[in-house]
Amino acid sequence: MTGSTAKTTGGFGLPSRHVWAVAKVVGTVLMTFLGLLLVTFLIGRVVPIDPVLSVVGERASQETYEQVRREMGLHLPLWEQFFRYVLQVLRGELGKSVLTAHTVVDDIIRVFPATLELATMATFLGVVIGVPMGVVAAVNQGRWPDQLVRLLGLFGYSMPVFWLGLMGLLLFYGILGIAAAPGRLSFHNLDVVESWSGVILLDAALQGEWEVFFDALHHLILPAAVLGYFSLAYISRMTRSFMLEQLRQEYVTTARVKGLSEARVIWRHALGNVMVPLITVIALSYANLLEGSVLTETVFAWPGLGLYLTNSLLAADMNAVLGATLVVGMIFIGINLLSDLLYRLFDPRAR
Amino acid sequence: MTALRTWLTADTPTSRNHARAIQAYLSWRALASNPLTVMGLLIVVLLVVVAALAPMLAPRSPIAQDLTQRFIEPGWQHWFGTDEFGRDILSRVIYGARVTLYIVVLVAVTAAPVGLLVGTVAGYFGGWADVVLMRLTDVFLAFPRLILALAFVAALGPGIENAVLAIALTAWPPYARIARAETLTVRSSDFIAAVRLQGASGLRIILGHVVPLCSSSLIVRVTLDMAGVILTAAGLGFLGLGAQPPLAEWGAMVSTGRRYLLDFWWVATIPGLAIFTVSLGFNLLGDGLRDVLDPKSS
Amino acid sequence: MSLPLLSVEGLHVRFHTPKGVVEAVRGISFEVGREKLGIVGESGSGKTMAGRSVLRLIRPPGEVRAKRIVFDGTDLQALDEVAMREVRGRRIAMVMQDPKFSLNPVMTVGDQIAEAYLVHHKVVAAQARERTLEMLAAVKIRDPERVYGLYPHEVSGGMGQRVMIAMMLIPDPDLLIADEPTSALDVTVQMQVLAILDDLVTQRGMGLMFISHDLNLVASFCDRVVIMYAGRIVETCRAAELQSARHPYTRGLLASLPRIDRPVGELSVLSRDPAWRDGAVVVDGEMVG
Repeated sequence: MTGSTAKTTGGFGLPSRHVWAVAKVVGTVLMTFLGLLLVTFLIGRVVPIDPVLSVVGERASQETYEQVRREMGLHLPLWEQFFRYVLQVLRGELGKSVLTAHTVVDDIIRVFPATLELATMATFLGVVIGVPMGVVAAVNQGRWPDQLVRLLGLFGYSMPVFWLGLMGLLLFYGILGIAAAPGRLSFHNLDVVESWSGVILLDAALQGEWEVFFDALHHLILPAAVLGYFSLAYISRMTRSFMLEQLRQEYVTTARVKGLSEARVIWRHALGNVMVPLITVIALSYANLLEGSVLTETVFAWPGLGLYLTNSLLAADMNAVLGATLVVGMIFIGINLLSDLLYRLFDPRAR
Repeated sequence: MTALRTWLTADTPTSRNHARAIQAYLSWRALASNPLTVMGLLIVVLLVVVAALAPMLAPRSPIAQDLTQRFIEPGWQHWFGTDEFGRDILSRVIYGARVTLYIVVLVAVTAAPVGLLVGTVAGYFGGWADVVLMRLTDVFLAFPRLILALAFVAALGPGIENAVLAIALTAWPPYARIARAETLTVRSSDFIAAVRLQGASGLRIILGHVVPLCSSSLIVRVTLDMAGVILTAAGLGFLGLGAQPPLAEWGAMVSTGRRYLLDFWWVATIPGLAIFTVSLGFNLLGDGLRDVLDPKSS
Repeated sequence: MSLPLLSVEGLHVRFHTPKGVVEAVRGISFEVGREKLGIVGESGSGKTMAGRSVLRLIRPPGEVRAKRIVFDGTDLQALDEVAMREVRGRRIAMVMQDPKFSLNPVMTVGDQIAEAYLVHHKVVAAQARERTLEMLAAVKIRDPERVYGLYPHEVSGGMGQRVMIAMMLIPDPDLLIADEPTSALDVTVQMQVLAILDDLVTQRGMGLMFISHDLNLVASFCDRVVIMYAGRIVETCRAAELQSARHPYTRGLLASLPRIDRPVGELSVLSRDPAWRDGAVVVDGEMVG
C-alpha cells in the first residue's frame, strides 16, 4: 500500500467522495438557476408597462382586457405565476420578441454564434499575450517589464470598452485605413457562405470559401483585439501574482539543482503549476467578455447577443431583454461549472 | 514640526488617540511613498474639487446651445472644442464631473453598508441565515454586472436615479462575500468570546466589534470598485439609459460623439479621456490603499 | 585524506533587506573529499546557505562572496550561467528537506526523475525511462513501474525522499549536498532513508555534505564534522573524536543531549556566550585564532 488511501465506493462504482462533490455542485447550480429565474421574473413584474395593454392595445374593452389577463395568468398569485414561468423556461419558451416577431429562443440561437466567435477570439488573444506577459513581469519583479505590465493592466481596468473601441475605429479604420468597417462581413460577402454553425470563420473554412474567411477575420480582428485587451489586463495580472507565489516554492529550487535552464524552470515547472488556478481565471474572463461584448458589439455593429440585448432594451422589448439576460446568466453558471471540472482535470491533487 | 514628527513616530504611544495618530501617520507615509498612489489620490481630489466648483471653473454654460458654433476644433476659444449643438465641451466635461461623483458617492453609501450588513449577519449567525443570504449573493454574482444593471434599468426606465439604483443592486454582493469571510475569522477569536461573556447582544457585537474590523478591507474593495462603477455608469450612459439629456454625462457625450467620430474626433475622444482618467485615479488609489491597509491580499 | 573534491575559502553570504544588511554566513572555509562531511548547526547558523551558495542558488537580495570556491579543479565563481548548469545536477546535486515541497506537484515522479537524466544525457525518452526504473529500484522502491506514474501527493514522505534521492543521483554526480534530508520524515523511516543514502554514496565513491541540526546523527553517520554557529565554523573535528570536542559551544551541545548510557537528573541548557560570535575556533582539537 502506498500513500494513496483506500477509497470506499458509492453507487456506480465511483468513490463516494466524488459522488458527494458532484451532488453538491449540481445542487448549487440548481439553486442558483432557480434564483436566476426568480430575479428575471421579478424584474419582469416591476416593469411599469402593462403587459396586457401591450397585447390588446389601448382601446380594448374591459372584457377583452380581463380575458387576456386571465389567459396570460396574471390574475394568479405571484408564486403560482413564478411556478408557471419556471415550467415555461424549462420547456424552452421565452416568449415572443415584439421587435423581431420571432420567438426569443430563435432569435438567441441566430445571434449567439456571432458573440461566441468574438468572445473566443478575444479570449484567445488575451491568453496568448496575457500569460507570457504575466510570467515575464513576475520573473522581473520590480523592474521595468513588471512596471510596464502593471501599467498596461491598470489601463485595461480603467478604460471604458466602448471608448477604446471608438478610438480603435478612429485610428485603424478612419486614419490608417487598415481595419475593416464595422460589421461582420463586407457587403459583397454577405450570404455567400451558408450558415451551418453560425460561426462565420468556421463555416467559411468548412465550405472552402477562403475569401469570405479572410474577410471575416479582417472584420473580427479589431473588435476582438479591443475586447481581448480587457481579458489580457486581467489574465496578465493574475498570472503575475500566481507566478510570484510559485517561484518561491521549493520545487523550483529542485528544478534548478537538476541543472535545468532557467527557461525550462519557469515555463515548464512554475508555469505548469500556475496553469491550474489560471484555468479558473481564464474561464471567468471568458464569461466577463460576454458583458464587455454588449458595448463592443454596439460600437462595431456586430450582430451578436449584446447588440440584440441593447436593441431590445431601447425598444422596451421585455421578453427579449429578460430572455437574453437569462441566457447570459445561464452561460455564466455553465462556464463556472466548466472551470470547476477543468480544475479537477488539470490538478492531480483534485482528481 | 520636528516635535510633532517625534510625537507621531513614537515607539510607545501614551494614549489611545496618540496610538491612532501614530497609526494614521505611518499609513499616510506608506501611501505617500508610492508616486502612483499619490497620483491616484490627486485625480480623485481633482474630481471632487472640479465637481464642487463647476460653476466657477466652467468657462461657459454646459447646456447653452449656439448653432453658429458647431464642431469647432479644440483651440484657444474652446480648449476642448464644441459639439453638434455648439456647446463648449470643456464646460460639459467639468459639469459631467458632478454627475460622475454623484453616482459614485450614492453607490458607495448604499451598496457598501448593505453588503457589510448582509455579510456580517451571515457570517456571525451562520446556519440558515448564512445559507439563505449567501445563496442570494451567489444569484446576483451569477449575472455579469452590466447586464443585470441593464435589465434593471430596462424595467425601471432610464434615468440617473434608476441607473444608481441598478448599479447599487449589482454592486453589493462582493462586499457581502468579503465581509462574511472577515467575520468568520473574527467570530471565533477570544476577544469576541469575552465580549459575549459580558452579555453583549449579537447586534451589538456585530456593530461594535465585527463591522469595524471588516471595514479596512472593505474600504480597499470599494475604492477599487469605484472605477468599475464609473465604467458601468458610463456604459449605461453610452447606451442612452443613464442620465438623460441635456444633463452633461460623459458616457452619453461619447455616444453622441460616436456619430461624428470620423469627421470630428474630439467630440467622442475627450469625454472618454475624462472617464478613463477618473477611473484610473480610483484604481491607482485603491491599489495603493490595498498595499497599506490589506497587505495580505495583494 | 585524498585530494579535496570541493574546497571553499572565505565564503560570505549577505542579504540586503530594507532594514539593512544581514550577514548569514561570515567567512567560512572548508574542504570536502570523497567522504561524508557533516555540517551541524542550529537554525539560522548559516549551514543551509553554505550548501546553497556552492550551487549558486542564492538569489537577490542575497549576495555571495568568496575568496575561492574550487570544485574538482574548476573555479566555480568563474563559470558563466550555462557552464554552471553543467555542474548543477551533473557534478553536484542536492537533496532538500521536505519532499512535500521539493517535488513538482503536477508532474509524475517518474517524469521528474527522467527529466534530471535527460538534461545531461543525449538519449531518447525510452532509455531515460529505463534508467529511471532502474534508479527507482536502486532506492529500494518496489514496483517501480507503478510508482513511475504517481504524483508526489500520492507517495508517502519516506518514498518521496527516496524519489528525491533517485532524481539527484541519476546523472551520477560526484558530490551530493543533503540538506536535512530526514528531518521531515517519520522517525521510523528516517533510518531506512539514511541507509539507502549511505549505500549509494559509498558504492559510487561520492562526496557527501550532510547538513543537519542533529549532532548524534551526524556523529554516527559522517566521517568528519563541522560545527557552525552564527555564520561561522567554530569547530572542525573527526566524527569519532566528537566526544572530546573542545569548543564551549560544541561541549554545550553535547551536554544538552540525553544519553542512554549515562542518565542525568536534569539535562543542562545551552547558554550562549556572545564572545563565540567572533572568538577563537577549534580545528581538530587545536585552538586557532
